[in-house]
Amino acid sequence: MEKEIFKPKILVFSTDKISDPGIDQAGLRKIHYSPSVYTISLPCSSGIKPKWIMHAFEKGFDGVFIAADGHECSYSPKCAEYTNKIILEAQLMMKEKNISPKRIRMAAICSVCAEPFSNHMDNFGKILSELGKIGEDKQIAE
Amino acid sequence: MKERIGVYICHCGGNISDYVDVEEIGKMLKTDDGVVISKDVMFACADSNQKDMISDIKEYKLDAIVVASCSPKLHLHTFKNVADRAGLNPTNYVQVNIREQCSWPHSDKPREASVKAAGLIRAGIKRVAYSESLDNIEINVKKAVLVVGAGVSGMKAAIDLARLGNEVYLIEKDYFVGGHITQTENLFTTGQNGKEIVSRLYAELKSYNNITLFTGATVEKVSGSLGNFAVDVRVKPRFINGKADLQAVQNAMNDCTVLVDDDFNFGFTKRKAIYKNYPGALPDVPVVNADALRNEKDFLDKHASCLDLNQQDEILSLTAGSVLVTTGFDSYQPKDGEYGYKTFSNVVTLPELNRLIELNPEKLIYNNKPVKKIAFIYCVGNRQTKGENKYCSRQCCSSAINSSLQLADKYKGMAAFHLFRDIRTYGKQELMYEKSSKQGDIYIRFDEKEPPVVEQNGKSINIKVKDYLTSKKELEIEADLVVLVTGMVARDDSKQISEKFKIPIGTDKFFNEIHPKLKPVETVIKGVYIGGSCQGPKNISESIQSSLSAASKINALLKGGTVSLDPVIARVNNDACTWCGKCAEVCEYTAIKEIESGDKHIATVNKAICTGCGICAPVCPVNAIEIAQFTDNEIESMIDGFMEKIDLKVREKESESTEEVSGVKMKEYPQLWKNILGTMNGSKLTIPEIAEKIGVDKEIVTYHVMTMHKYNVVVTEGMDKKELYYYYKLKN
Repeated sequence: MEKEIFKPKILVFSTDKISDPGIDQAGLRKIHYSPSVYTISLPCSSGIKPKWIMHAFEKGFDGVFIAADGHECSYSPKCAEYTNKIILEAQLMMKEKNISPKRIRMAAICSVCAEPFSNHMDNFGKILSELGKIGEDKQIAE
Repeated sequence: MKERIGVYICHCGGNISDYVDVEEIGKMLKTDDGVVISKDVMFACADSNQKDMISDIKEYKLDAIVVASCSPKLHLHTFKNVADRAGLNPTNYVQVNIREQCSWPHSDKPREASVKAAGLIRAGIKRVAYSESLDNIEINVKKAVLVVGAGVSGMKAAIDLARLGNEVYLIEKDYFVGGHITQTENLFTTGQNGKEIVSRLYAELKSYNNITLFTGATVEKVSGSLGNFAVDVRVKPRFINGKADLQAVQNAMNDCTVLVDDDFNFGFTKRKAIYKNYPGALPDVPVVNADALRNEKDFLDKHASCLDLNQQDEILSLTAGSVLVTTGFDSYQPKDGEYGYKTFSNVVTLPELNRLIELNPEKLIYNNKPVKKIAFIYCVGNRQTKGENKYCSRQCCSSAINSSLQLADKYKGMAAFHLFRDIRTYGKQELMYEKSSKQGDIYIRFDEKEPPVVEQNGKSINIKVKDYLTSKKELEIEADLVVLVTGMVARDDSKQISEKFKIPIGTDKFFNEIHPKLKPVETVIKGVYIGGSCQGPKNISESIQSSLSAASKINALLKGGTVSLDPVIARVNNDACTWCGKCAEVCEYTAIKEIESGDKHIATVNKAICTGCGICAPVCPVNAIEIAQFTDNEIESMIDGFMEKIDLKVREKESESTEEVSGVKMKEYPQLWKNILGTMNGSKLTIPEIAEKIGVDKEIVTYHVMTMHKYNVVVTEGMDKKELYYYYKLKN
């Protein structure tokens, strides 16, 4: 079975002050998630450039997960709104390249959200497994 | 591009190397572009390794280093310092987290963990290759502080800041200082009169000539940033001629017959149109209610020497290096009809009751009727599971019980009923609850879903309440006065203050600190601090604690005359920028401005204000703005690093591997291990004995001795007499 062998590679964008410590917590408490998850930590999720997301897909990542601060963001109360805009913009660019919009996901991860993070990775992994490898997306009808 | 990179991969005494094959990865990375040395070390943070790194940097002329060990939250500064001590710019160092984000969460899959770790480290190498040497931003700061709000928090902070040699501008919106506490005769738990505390603080305030107090003053406009805030302050006039003789002013006050509602007493009494909040109110100059006197021609002519209704607002421009906001709170104002407030005449709030107590020295009279039976309803406007104010105001239970004690003390034959949800008299305030119970106050608990119902019953008030603790049996209480124990809410003008200083506001509408535990008085705006109850409900002691903590933070900031700021900020590519204004639009801190450069307009970043959040970067249509250390090259090269093929000969290893590290060389032990082994020195000791000898916390010693035991550095030998602790000794 090919699908069992396929382990989707996920790129996570986290934030220095809130969600990255949350991801650290998962490690600290030895809560397991897929070893194909790689994390880049930034000051704030609203600073992610859509071109970085596209770069990740080009290089072979199967999915991009944004571990945002939600309402906890200390930089801007509009952080979630701006991050959403970035995702929408990236999804437009993805559509042009025939990449399913399901390959990008965002959730608020707090500084102690160890279990939620690992659950998100499991669920997102399942969704990506169903989609298959990047580049295998069928023509998107809509 | 950096071409002489040093890579250090940490075993973390097994925390990493038990699952990740650090030795193989170290060997593999030797051939990566730009890598000059790559090695695995037992403890990267150990003093011995830090020394080795410094000599490596010098010997091999390294221009960048990568340390792959634990989370950057733990040792980022350790290795920044190592770089600094070796003469390398700390921004040419990258920390890779292969413990919290690799060996530990993937301890179930050691093979894959090794592959991931290799990818993470490779990404770090590629990133550091693009790293630039950035210097901290140095800013000159003015040793002056603007304190907004002269309640107890602001006054205490102003005094300490002045004592430490700072110029202090203290501004107060009211005409008199002190804030809410002047309205209470008896403060828990000391029983002091609020007015006395304020008088004492005012005297201290006046003894410093580097404090300038402005009353009737509000913040009009704020510009500038850390080190040099330019603040315009609007000062309302008192309509008293500044040169007038105080006796003449007093005569005018005595002579005045026009009466208006007394706001200080919540309208229970009338006051003259020339007034002070209370006789001893400070500063000791009355204020004229100009609107009430404008038509009193004769009176104005008579006292023309001291009254001047033509005085206008004044705008003063102040410059301060830092700002402390201590604007305090508002008491929750019940909605009309909430528990009969404003509908029935005998329903008041707790702050109103406190005024009544002070105004009635002999007997408590309200609406011309003596009050004998009084009922308190708690948690009004607070802890609303469905409403706006979900929080607890934490001081109102104590305040209500204190008033109840005072009632029993001051007037004879009072009966008090407390209809509460939960009593939160924490700390020493619990004693007041005990005293109140002993004096016969009756406590009845109700459920939020079935709150008491207040009804008018002829001359008195009837309260129906379901007693939660006797299976919700309905009780009826007849009371002469109902007191709504109201909590604290954010000031109604806090939104304007927030807009002027850009202080973030929380969902509870109070000002937000950066972190409630680690940065409790700092805001995301550099140089702007918050203290007291403007950041959330606090009692007087807690308010002062927070404002004094802010005062010491501010003093530490301004002390040196210059401030060094992190260089991680936005920067504009002048060639690419065509100024569309989108970046300035999204910037929460107004750090981006339009400037002219040659024949075009471009964006420029104020280095002192920029927080480096990066919001501006993705919105630029021509990709002309980026954050230092998070540039396209750096982030994209990391992605490349993750995905490059890993050619790793990972040995199939047992998950528990003790032998391989048993031969660790002494020089690689961390300093604490050396200390522990030094105290043992051939003898056998228990963990508490070691802790005492080396003067280190027992928990820390336990952790390290256990680790040393795991790796066969020490072994156990029997137990102590009480059979509580094992003896440990050095393994031969």
